[in-house]
Amino acid sequence: MITFMNNSDSEEEPCNERTSLMSAESPPVPSYQDGLQASEAGEAQARRKRRAGSSCSPNSIADGEVSDSGVPVRGNALENEEEELTLKYGAKHVIMLFVPVTLCMIVVVATIKSVRFYTEKNGQLIYTPFSEDTPSVGQRLLNSVLNTIIMISVIVVMTVFLVLLYKYRCYKFIHGWLILSSLMLLFLFTYIYLGEVLKTYNVAMDYPTLFLVIWNFGAVGMICIHWKGPLQLQQAYLIMISALMALVFIKYLPEWSAWVILGAISIYDLMAVLCPKGPLRMLVETAQERNEPIFPALIYSSAMMWTVGMAKQDTARGPSQQTWDAAEDGRENHRSPSHADSQMSETRSPVPTHPIASLEEVEEEERGVKLGLGDFIFYSVLVGKAAATASGDWNTTLACFVAILI
Amino acid sequence: MGAAAFFGLAGIAFGPALALVLFTVASEPLRVIVLVAGAFFWLVSLLLASLIWFVSVHLSDREDAKLQYNLLIFGAAVSVLLQEAFRFAYFKLLKKADEGLAMVSEDGHSPISFRQMAYVSGLSFGIISGVFSVINILADSIGPGTVGIHGDSPYYFITSAFLTMALVLLHTFWGVIFFDACEKGRYWCLGLVVASHLLTSGLTFLNPWYEASLVPIFFITLCMGLWAFVTAGGSLHNILKCLSCKQQDDSRVMMYSALQVPFED
Repeated sequence: MITFMNNSDSEEEPCNERTSLMSAESPPVPSYQDGLQASEAGEAQARRKRRAGSSCSPNSIADGEVSDSGVPVRGNALENEEEELTLKYGAKHVIMLFVPVTLCMIVVVATIKSVRFYTEKNGQLIYTPFSEDTPSVGQRLLNSVLNTIIMISVIVVMTVFLVLLYKYRCYKFIHGWLILSSLMLLFLFTYIYLGEVLKTYNVAMDYPTLFLVIWNFGAVGMICIHWKGPLQLQQAYLIMISALMALVFIKYLPEWSAWVILGAISIYDLMAVLCPKGPLRMLVETAQERNEPIFPALIYSSAMMWTVGMAKQDTARGPSQQTWDAAEDGRENHRSPSHADSQMSETRSPVPTHPIASLEEVEEEERGVKLGLGDFIFYSVLVGKAAATASGDWNTTLACFVAILI
Repeated sequence: MGAAAFFGLAGIAFGPALALVLFTVASEPLRVIVLVAGAFFWLVSLLLASLIWFVSVHLSDREDAKLQYNLLIFGAAVSVLLQEAFRFAYFKLLKKADEGLAMVSEDGHSPISFRQMAYVSGLSFGIISGVFSVINILADSIGPGTVGIHGDSPYYFITSAFLTMALVLLHTFWGVIFFDACEKGRYWCLGLVVASHLLTSGLTFLNPWYEASLVPIFFITLCMGLWAFVTAGGSLHNILKCLSCKQQDDSRVMMYSALQVPFED
């Protein structure tokens, strides 16, 4: 958990991650495409904004600025080289994110289209008490807006609660909470999911086998997510739990509420991250002050990082989960801080990612991108809802998919 | 019907597209981005065209079948024109992106050439428009059923798959020709591309009469393919050179290593 950020050769690595809030104060970052249209002014600021195309942006921006102040004279060529590398690897990183997001969406859509359970309306969560079975359109709209307000306020309360816990160093509580929620996801929801899939395909499975399968799945999942494990296994588990969570939302959120909630959450996201008193931002600041990583298991990381003092320097070894993610403009690169969506509490916690600095030289390719699990869930809910409500029409689903990727 | 039909139809419709994507696009992240962005542009054009058609249908008399048919033709024409307009918009965007990429790259050349971008953008339009035309048919082909049991043509699925394949290839060729024409300012080329797109679209209205629609469309595809090949710089000489390219590489390697010597001084 000790970082050597200040000591490592961070200057050469534009994608070095460190939480930074400077980018959040900076002017809006252009999207990746716009970013390719270099501004004539081309000052360092603009160039760093373009780095937002890669997901390591805020860190790189902070880093760039820190290193700039540390190393007074930076040749233009060096900056250009950084830019070139960043762009090249920025594109690569974007693609590295496409694959897991696509996989998660495929799992969700496949399940929705085949397993009837997730499209049946079987009641609603207590977070959305107002029913949508009303005759008039106005009433339905009102109910969905009310549902949204309740859901968002629950999320806000939970986030603030989490921030307070973090501020007052109640780490045990937070860890316990996270472990409990991932336990629930991995065991209970998997059990339900497996049950429904078996029902759909009319496959019989006895309880001992079921117990064995679920126990193994859950136990390995807990280890992979909260401790160490092979990177791909970790990624696979994160994708699966995101898909499970998304399926639950698709099932239990009534239609109009789901769409209004999706919209409201994006707005809330922006506010929580950018406003000075936003809970996510405070969390990031606190974490940065203390120079600590927090919250394992809430970030999807597409590459591995060397951990300090790692016994085996084997590229196949995944790192521990302690990663930071900078909380900053998610709208540009669809990469908002990750959110912990536990079933018991709709929390949105940011997961600043910050790599355990390596003593060795880490090449660009190994600096992967990080995407919050909340984003996975969000996108999958979008696509899943489109698939569920489109009554057999695949065009809608595909259109949603392309729009999300963009 | 069933799985055989599904895989067969999918293979016919998307075989060339899949091969092209796997071998040329999938390995380069920038090309993948161009692909997905192009698909998005096409989707937006489709959205606008369908809005126009939807509004016109609602404003018109629903009962009149002839009018609705004409509105459909009108909608198709509007869609074609909007697709081409968005292709132009994408051209503009890619031009700026190309400049930006060239500016920030080390050696002043962007990592992806403009011709490659033209090709990938054409392919993206083709893939997304092919997918949108045929995916529901593919989904239906898995299930039980008989094609055309109510008196329609029993060849509907397979002709749709062939049509989709032609469409994918056509869009790819149109992309290459279009971008090249825009760059060189040859507006008659642009007009020809738009006209051939309109023609193809119109031919599909002849549809149960598949000989009259599919054969000309494939002929147009072939012509466009040759035109795109020539536009992209191909020629018979190039083909022959490509087929016997082994010796060429060696000599180039030797030249390069010969060039190394001065630098070491």
